[in-house]
Amino acid sequence: MSDSRTRGLLRGTALATVLTLGLIVTVTGCSRQPEASGNGATTSQRAGPGGPFKLVDTQGRTVTNETLKGKPYAIFFGFTRCPDVCPTTMARMELLRKRLGTEADKMNVVFVSVDPEHDKKEDIASFLSMFDAPVIGLTGDPAELKRMEKSFKIYVERVPLPNGDYTIDHTARILLFDRDGQFVDTMDAKEPEAQAVTRLKRLIDA
Amino acid sequence: MTYRIALALVATLATPALAQDVRKGSLTISQPWSRATSPRATVGAGFLTIRNAGARGDRLISATSPRAERVEIHTMSMDGGVMRMRQLVDGLAVPAGGTATLAPSGNHIMLIGLKSPLKAGERVPATLRFARAGTVTVQFAIGGAGDAAPAGQNGGRK
Repeated sequence: MSDSRTRGLLRGTALATVLTLGLIVTVTGCSRQPEASGNGATTSQRAGPGGPFKLVDTQGRTVTNETLKGKPYAIFFGFTRCPDVCPTTMARMELLRKRLGTEADKMNVVFVSVDPEHDKKEDIASFLSMFDAPVIGLTGDPAELKRMEKSFKIYVERVPLPNGDYTIDHTARILLFDRDGQFVDTMDAKEPEAQAVTRLKRLIDA
Repeated sequence: MTYRIALALVATLATPALAQDVRKGSLTISQPWSRATSPRATVGAGFLTIRNAGARGDRLISATSPRAERVEIHTMSMDGGVMRMRQLVDGLAVPAGGTATLAPSGNHIMLIGLKSPLKAGERVPATLRFARAGTVTVQFAIGGAGDAAPAGQNGGRK
């Protein structure tokens, strides 16, 4: 009895701590914004994921962290032969975009393939064509992808399958970046829909 | 009375999930479904539920499909935000009096080397081989590309 009360109290304290930290992050986030509009802010000083990258989209156009600036974006790392979490996450983004209505075009959705060995531009375009959402599909030089996965803190490991083929273990969280290309938060595809929409609206309005 | 029977009959006919149930021995396989795949896709995942009403355990050991070069039984797990997929080389146990569930974010039938893309609305046959019950052919109902649940069930995409 008293044990469960202690646990409850601890949970309460932990929650308060999380809320306080959240508030601090929000406040510092706000105060940082004016500085970020200048060119003095360097991403390497920040602990969060993100950093410079240079990849190509499904039409062969170069896409970098700089070209994405101007609109906030949700970025997801996956591969086209991933049968479950990748298509459901893309479907999730499609649904969230529908819920955002006209606001949806004020942000970008980005899919980065972690399987350059198999996923060519055509494979990514084909995979993304299954979803009724304009997703920027990216691939590129394997070494550049590795660098990006590292700076974006995305775990990627190629795992051989007994049949001689391979699969890829990978971080399946959606990362949210603001219009200045600064990391804001992660998003889980299973997060309650209303909450996810609210967070995306906040990202768009920020 | 007759009215009630008619009503029950209508209810049965109106429930596609029941129509998809396949029985073999003490096993009942229900709601096999899968997702539409893109024109260049080489793999697809199939889901279903296997109930074992018998007193002895069984095991799904392999599967085949005329639509795929190879069919495997896989498991998927999420650990600290990282997705991991592995082949279940020994198959999947269906405990006596229990259920084996193949569903999104977990175990699934992996169709490898698709001979043609899976199209929403079609049914794709697959034959499951069990250690005790033998072979059972099911028809995967193909839903949308990113569906989280079989069509018509709460949690589906549309």
